[in-house]
Amino acid sequence: MGWDRIGDRFSRLKARGEGALLLYLMAGDPDLERSLAYLRAAVAGGADILELGIPFSDPMADGPTIQKAALRALTTGATPKTALDLARSLREESEIPLVIMSYYNPILQWGEEAFTEEAAACGVDGLIVPDLPPEEARGLMQAAEKTGLALIFLVTPESGKERVKVLTECTRGFLYLVARYGTTGAKGALAEGTLPLIRRMLALVPPTLPLVVGFGLSRPEHVREVISAGAAGAVVGSRAVEQVAAGVAPEEFAAFVHGLKEATRI
Amino acid sequence: MKLSEFPRQGRFGPFGGRFVPEILMPALEELEAAYRDLKGEPGFKAQLAGLLRDYAGRPSPLYFAANLTQYAGGARIYLKREDLIHGGAHKLNNALGQALLAKRMGKTRLIAETGAGQHGTATAIAGAVLGLQTEIYMGALDAKRQQMNVFRMELLGAKVHLVENGGKTLKDAINEALRDWATNVRNTHYLVGSVVGPHPYPMIVRDFQSVIGKEIREQILTREGRLPDLLVACVGGGSNAIGTFYPFADEAEVGFLGVEGGGDGGRHSAPLSHGQVGVLHGMRTYLLQDEWGQIAKTNSIAAGLDYPGVGPEHALYLALGRAEYTTVTDEEALFAFRLLSRLEGIIPALESAHAVYAALERAGNMSPEEMVIATLSGRGDKDLETAISAVGETDGLGSDRG
Repeated sequence: MGWDRIGDRFSRLKARGEGALLLYLMAGDPDLERSLAYLRAAVAGGADILELGIPFSDPMADGPTIQKAALRALTTGATPKTALDLARSLREESEIPLVIMSYYNPILQWGEEAFTEEAAACGVDGLIVPDLPPEEARGLMQAAEKTGLALIFLVTPESGKERVKVLTECTRGFLYLVARYGTTGAKGALAEGTLPLIRRMLALVPPTLPLVVGFGLSRPEHVREVISAGAAGAVVGSRAVEQVAAGVAPEEFAAFVHGLKEATRI
Repeated sequence: MKLSEFPRQGRFGPFGGRFVPEILMPALEELEAAYRDLKGEPGFKAQLAGLLRDYAGRPSPLYFAANLTQYAGGARIYLKREDLIHGGAHKLNNALGQALLAKRMGKTRLIAETGAGQHGTATAIAGAVLGLQTEIYMGALDAKRQQMNVFRMELLGAKVHLVENGGKTLKDAINEALRDWATNVRNTHYLVGSVVGPHPYPMIVRDFQSVIGKEIREQILTREGRLPDLLVACVGGGSNAIGTFYPFADEAEVGFLGVEGGGDGGRHSAPLSHGQVGVLHGMRTYLLQDEWGQIAKTNSIAAGLDYPGVGPEHALYLALGRAEYTTVTDEEALFAFRLLSRLEGIIPALESAHAVYAALERAGNMSPEEMVIATLSGRGDKDLETAISAVGETDGLGSDRG
């Protein structure tokens, strides 16, 4: 469990010459029951790692698609507790690595230790907190370490060599490369400079640490491009959330995920 | 250590910090370094002082409000007239300082959030005079109740983006400005309008607003030969209050009273009086939130106070007992709005009217030998529509104090 489960997944994929498909969905969007159905469909479609968002009232790193998803989830009564319960339900039926994505305040209000203990008990393996840089993360790093949760940090196009070193030392499980300036959101094309950016980061990151690329990826060809450039994984978020918003059938959603997964095999 | 020596390593004791997406970390470090280099540089100081004097109209008067004093029947009440600063509020002190800083850093574009529209107006003014492209984020609800300020900003050449997310007020405008900044961080300076946000903003804005308190010190010493007993200011994010208090931080004999928006008595915007510690908009501070850490919707008749968080330096002042914080309701603020207009011929901003009401109440319980200074952070022309619709009809605005 914990970051071992994440590490094992990357090792196995690497041995098969595949990249990882990370799929993001908002917990409780549009409601708990349907949220679980989409998560199951993502597993069935071949996602390698699931990122499960905890809805927050003020998601400052997210674009309109995920903002609206948070609102839908909050409107139907989602809380951090129901998000972890959802993780537990999924864990009972699947060994897929599960990463929680949450802004810091909900974790802080729950309590860093209590939250990480509950998350670990629910079968969560990792944690991404987009508004928590390493300078503010000491307490949560300790709490995560104690429970075996991987606290995952992000690098960006703005990160210089020294900064990448700090983030590389702090992160567990994998390192998340934010591929574009701005917020999350599906785009028609990869941000200009994404592939050179991946190559720059790969030169700075130890080969044992998987580099995962996200922000703005929406199509199989985007996934193929970043995996071909050497990334260990690709994250698709907003495009997946759009499917939920459109109310597609879970089978159709699984087919969408399958199409993305195919693109990780290069 | 002295209170005036905060922040230490970006923190006001346990408050403040830098809780932002990684993409903004280098920009915050760059801003802090540029500010530390420039703030003591004689050329920069002279340029800012010149603009504040010749363009903004500083120093602002410290006015002895004889009629208000008589009405209160206690301590002598002075008003620090930030309402007379160009643009109609204290906001220009900070906007000019940061715009100058942005220009020196080679940024070509300013963005800002605004609640009442005063900070957006100040930023638009600074952008116009210093030749910087300016875009303002404003909650759609705020824009509706401050229509004149939207026109003013546009007239001054700024582009105004209406924010339709969340409660459509200041908090949502800040979220949207942060998103813009993350997208355009290379050429854009985010001109934060209050002592909120990630370090170094609470420090920078405080320093630029401290001109208020520094002038008060000189003016009151000239006039009364001693320091005041109580300083009173309204607190939304808290910039005019910190600007008033900070130069007296280490002098315990000067009391501080911060006044939050009490709303309708039920729903309010008073995190220092009724909130819990949390993290929002890059800082650890007191917030209005639910048990799960979701940020609450706020309520105040004054758009500039309608914010669920507060500057981290105020959180420290509260924790240490250095300042007292209280609330004044919408109704009480409207009473002070009418009273000051009638008694002194000054129409205060509804935000500032909160401070006037609290000052009046306190002064009434103090002796004539004592002195209270209330900062009149802005003028009330922008609020006439709000005040009229709150009272029902124009006659009602003045009828009970004829």
